[in-house]
Amino acid sequence: MLPDDLVRRGQHVLTVCNACRYCEQYCPVFPALEKRRTFEAVDLTYLANLCHNCGECLYACQFAPPHEFGINVPKVLAEVRTRSYESHAWPPTLGRAFRGDAFRTSLAALILVVLLLLLVSMARPEAVWSSDGSADFYGVIPHAAMVALFGAVSLFVLSALLISGWRFWRETGGGFVASSGRTWRAIRDALSLRHLHGSGLDCSSNLEVRLPWRRWFHHCTFYGFLLCMASTTVAAIYHSVFGWHAPYEYSSLPVLLGASGGFGLLVGPLGLAALRQTRDPSLSHEESGGLDTAFLGLLFLTSVTGLALLVLRHSALMGVLLVVHLAVVLVILLTLPYGKFVHALYRVLALFKYHRES
Amino acid sequence: MNHKPDYDVAVVGGGNAALCAAISARRAGARVIVLERAPRDFRGGNSRHTRNFRCLHTTPGQYLAGTYTEDEFLSDLRSVNGGAIDETLAQLAIQRSGTCPEWMAREGVRFQAALHGTLQLGRTNLFFLGGGKALMNSYYASAERLGIDVRYEADVSDLRLSGGRFESLDVQGGGRVTTIRAASVVIASGGFEANLDWLRQVWGNAADNFIVRGTPYNTGVPLKRMLDAGAQSVGEARECHAIAVDARAPRFDGGIVTRLDCLPFGIVVNALGQRFYDEGEDVWPKRYAIWGKLIARQPEQIAYSIIDAKSAYAFMPSVFPPIVANSIAELADVLTLPRAALEATVDAFNCAVRPGTLNLSTLDDCHTEGLNPNKTHWAQRLDTPPFWAYPLRPGITFTYLGLKIDERTRVLMSDGQPTANVYAAGEVMAGNILLRGYLAGFGMTIGTVFGRIAGEEAARHAT
Repeated sequence: MLPDDLVRRGQHVLTVCNACRYCEQYCPVFPALEKRRTFEAVDLTYLANLCHNCGECLYACQFAPPHEFGINVPKVLAEVRTRSYESHAWPPTLGRAFRGDAFRTSLAALILVVLLLLLVSMARPEAVWSSDGSADFYGVIPHAAMVALFGAVSLFVLSALLISGWRFWRETGGGFVASSGRTWRAIRDALSLRHLHGSGLDCSSNLEVRLPWRRWFHHCTFYGFLLCMASTTVAAIYHSVFGWHAPYEYSSLPVLLGASGGFGLLVGPLGLAALRQTRDPSLSHEESGGLDTAFLGLLFLTSVTGLALLVLRHSALMGVLLVVHLAVVLVILLTLPYGKFVHALYRVLALFKYHRES
Repeated sequence: MNHKPDYDVAVVGGGNAALCAAISARRAGARVIVLERAPRDFRGGNSRHTRNFRCLHTTPGQYLAGTYTEDEFLSDLRSVNGGAIDETLAQLAIQRSGTCPEWMAREGVRFQAALHGTLQLGRTNLFFLGGGKALMNSYYASAERLGIDVRYEADVSDLRLSGGRFESLDVQGGGRVTTIRAASVVIASGGFEANLDWLRQVWGNAADNFIVRGTPYNTGVPLKRMLDAGAQSVGEARECHAIAVDARAPRFDGGIVTRLDCLPFGIVVNALGQRFYDEGEDVWPKRYAIWGKLIARQPEQIAYSIIDAKSAYAFMPSVFPPIVANSIAELADVLTLPRAALEATVDAFNCAVRPGTLNLSTLDDCHTEGLNPNKTHWAQRLDTPPFWAYPLRPGITFTYLGLKIDERTRVLMSDGQPTANVYAAGEVMAGNILLRGYLAGFGMTIGTVFGRIAGEEAARHAT
């Protein structure tokens, strides 16, 4: 639940916005708020997840701080958004673990999982510490163990995400029927990040500073992530359907997909992290910083360890690299429903709702 | 004493007219300084609260529906003024307004379609994407790129003229006074609406109950200095653009969100619980601008808009919550109005309402008979609780007393002769064209058109 004080601050800001409306053609947040007269916690949650956190409405605001009304839409919605991740997470205990310091939680999880995997692979210590150059991944961790572990975790993560999404959708009054046109518009908006350049130019990250980089680095990250998922899926099909076992050639589909995805996950997270540093700090809420850094850090590590494993798979380091890479992937999977990743889930749902309403 | 001046053009002010003048002068090759009295966060004068610009156009555009011809524009202007205006300047403003959007776009200004709730302006007014502060941000960014010196918190305390010729000005800021010499000067410092002492001289104690909708920095000091130096004035000191705002608004800078759009939906009573003007006189917002001065003439400068549940959601939401009661008597108690008087007013009104078909978008046939004053349109009985009330005060936007100018924006001295190098643009000369009424978005038209002319003329004189 959102704290009362935050709800009151959000209501103040949105009430001023609704009486002003100058920003209504910047992004969907304003047309959506104009459909309401009063703003309850659920409305705040919906609008917060519709907001892409650019700076247009702050710089255009005649009531922005230091004006006594103190209107800062991106900041208050960022705070609501961070809270909404926690309050919709399932199971709630794990959601709370991410509150405050997602970075440290992720780091602790990472160390724990590495130790755990090392322990598991202790059954065959020589395969881990001195690989023989055959790139025999399953010699380090048996295929069945890998499938069981990742299958179970994926199932859990998928359920957690579905439950979280369902809770969000139900709370914000989603409903069921949507025309295919509206559904498609929501998907198009999400895939193209339309609302980071919705008014014709790129949205601002500082006063009168409009650069396309945030959008492009996000594309690198998101599509990099998708390519890596595709690589894993193709590899799984190769293994189980065709009996073609890893390691795969550099020219094979899993490697091509994984390597290009990995490249995206090197460039994207680095770029986004760098942009965070140059961005006007008054646009962001402090607590969301840890969530961002943790998620970007894990994505970057996934890519670094994955690419290192690819290049060094025939060396003696293969065993250790595999354990570390799998650990990173496991942690990123486990933290998906509680970390920054969920912004994608709620953003898409909020866009669905927006297009249903409009 | 014949030093080379520090600048070719000094611009006094930092709003729309000032920046249009500064940019035009710079583009004409002049070295320009802008002296903005406000700190950077509050730069832009009253323009930061604006949202659109009234604009001539003979073909429909991307953001402007239909056409708005010179004749129609001029007749709208005449109808709100109800008197003789400077036709030459009025026509100049109207004709040149059509050339402004292109110029503005070149300086980075972006536009948008008319906002929800203001669709009636979609044919006559071009809206700035994000409103007036976004517009001013674009102009300031353009000024920086062009190499214009912009000084914030620069309070112009004195202007020296000699024989109808500007010599130098003094700027107070950071605890010291700096003298700046310039070959020409553009006065674009707004009216005196934020100068409570001056308002009190004009309006008496009533001024203590005025709310200043815009910037607290428009105290009219440069205007006063110019009048003291023998410049010819134009307009009445009492005339201004003033609307009804929520009485709970901050004293300054409440901007757009304190205005109330509910007046035509019910009745408006004064502190005695009596109606005093036809709430249904004309289509909103055409008559929107008369309510400030109407309320200024009521006892204690307060009034209350009262509506019932039928109209509760029919108008743009306001930033302050309505005062709600289940009966008129209870409402009178909450508002501390005389209960019997308010009940009598509402009863008389309800009895006088004639049957009709409500149509908010036109002058409909819902009216009262036998009242003084009658409500001539949209009259509906106040009979459905809960009843809502909003307290109203005069919200002064800008004053019309200003500097008389010629068509090159040169300030005229009291002998009718133009000054050699003093130009004026924006609110400070709006009184040449606006006598009493107001047309939405016309202040920005005046600022842009005459700002550009002043900048070009000042640069031509200086270089």
